[in-house]
Amino acid sequence: MRTQFESPIVLLGSRLLSPYIMLFGIYVIFHGHYSPGGGFQGGALLASSVILIRLSGGRIVSRLQVREFFTTPLAAIGVIVYFGTGIVSILFGSYFLDYEALPFPGGLDPAALRYYGILVIEIGIGIAVMAILVMIYDHMARGEDYV
Amino acid sequence: MIWEVELILYMFVIVAAIVALEVKDLLTAVVSLTIFSFTMALLFVAMGGIDVGFTEAVVGAGVTGILFIVALYQTTIRTND
Repeated sequence: MRTQFESPIVLLGSRLLSPYIMLFGIYVIFHGHYSPGGGFQGGALLASSVILIRLSGGRIVSRLQVREFFTTPLAAIGVIVYFGTGIVSILFGSYFLDYEALPFPGGLDPAALRYYGILVIEIGIGIAVMAILVMIYDHMARGEDYV
Repeated sequence: MIWEVELILYMFVIVAAIVALEVKDLLTAVVSLTIFSFTMALLFVAMGGIDVGFTEAVVGAGVTGILFIVALYQTTIRTND
């Protein structure tokens, strides 16, 4: 549709902006259980910081940040973290995703157990959402001749 | 929230939606849809749904705009065959 050319100003601007978006995404994930936000929003922020570099720098520059073949294992790891937490709480004699039964070390009370359990869930969701959104962008940008 | 500011935001939403529907250039439609999403996020925050507004701002104004632009760059106006 339109010709592509390299623009150092756009690349510099997005390189300046991308780490702060990523830091804010990590903040949203880690504070998601007692403030607005959570795993999905933080993961979408992380994905938008990765996609910004991919959109402005092209395939060769973005290969330095997140390689294209890393996205599918990262999505699988996120889903495994989510369902692994639920199944571990089944194995320790409670319901699916009942965080009170999680075997955290240190003898925490149930409120603290729920706190850290939700944090683990949020991290898994964030990793999965980030990897899948970046994967969608990669497959769309590569076009129909993707083998 | 101050109701005058909210009225201005509602007018922004309506104008952006009509522009996104009626305009001929698809890139302008995508930008107008992004403006619509972000103003809707501001309205959600004004109505008290901070979580919903956050999701709308991140997904509607960030990720879907980029995906629409990528889909536009992969297609042509005229058919090839």
